[in-house]
Amino acid sequence: MNMTLKEIKELLHAEVIIGEDKLDEEIQFVGGSDLMSDVLAFGKPGLLLLTGLSNAQSVRTANIIDAKAIMYVRGKRPDEAGIAFAKEKGIPLLSTKYMMYTACGLLYSQGLPGVSKLPYK
Amino acid sequence: MTMTDEHVLSQKFEIIGSNFGNAGKASTSIKEILQEIGIDPSIITRASIATYEAEMNVVMYAEKCLLTLNITPEKLHIKLEDEGQGIADIEKAMQEGFSTATDEMREMGFGAGMGLPNIKRNADKFEIASTPGKGTTIDIIFNLNQTEY
Repeated sequence: MNMTLKEIKELLHAEVIIGEDKLDEEIQFVGGSDLMSDVLAFGKPGLLLLTGLSNAQSVRTANIIDAKAIMYVRGKRPDEAGIAFAKEKGIPLLSTKYMMYTACGLLYSQGLPGVSKLPYK
Repeated sequence: MTMTDEHVLSQKFEIIGSNFGNAGKASTSIKEILQEIGIDPSIITRASIATYEAEMNVVMYAEKCLLTLNITPEKLHIKLEDEGQGIADIEKAMQEGFSTATDEMREMGFGAGMGLPNIKRNADKFEIASTPGKGTTIDIIFNLNQTEY
């Protein structure tokens, strides 16, 4: 089931760092990792990336895989360089206080799938 | 950007080692160039991922690197020639999970021993040669005249 960024924002009580104008975008699948090489390996265009990595590499990685948005977990926020780059590329950045597992679980329980190739459900 | 003839694009980028602030800039520029000239989006994604991993490797391990992007109607060729410590055991370096990364590198979200395997997985052709103490050369090639993968 798809969810808009706005619905996801509300579900995770998230703060919008940038991209308030893009909250109508639909998210079809989600992936979570702090390891950018993993994100590069499993990432698919359109992904909502959940990560606890808050440096500029998180935004650069999201741009490389054409992720639709980033949700930082555990209340993290990207640094200034990351925010500037996301603005330039039009990538919405959000931040939730939930930890990674809980944030993923909440989204998954709403029917939003991951990107795993293994059968699940 | 220089056009040597109407079918070929060639551009060079310099990547400086240990400059974590700029890490990923060359890959981002290359992605923009590929989008501008209208390369197939699935190839752009694979090429961007491979280039980004290669660029991170340079930033993490080498002193400096010359990256050459060459595009012909048939091929997209990304060549990285770095000066640095080189790789003593390439076979080992190609194994997923093998890494000599420092904590600083891991804090960047990299250095988990995924870089070279990720590059190989995404490329149509991947070649690596290294001289310990001198540097490493990597060739990442994508076929442009095929539609199925």
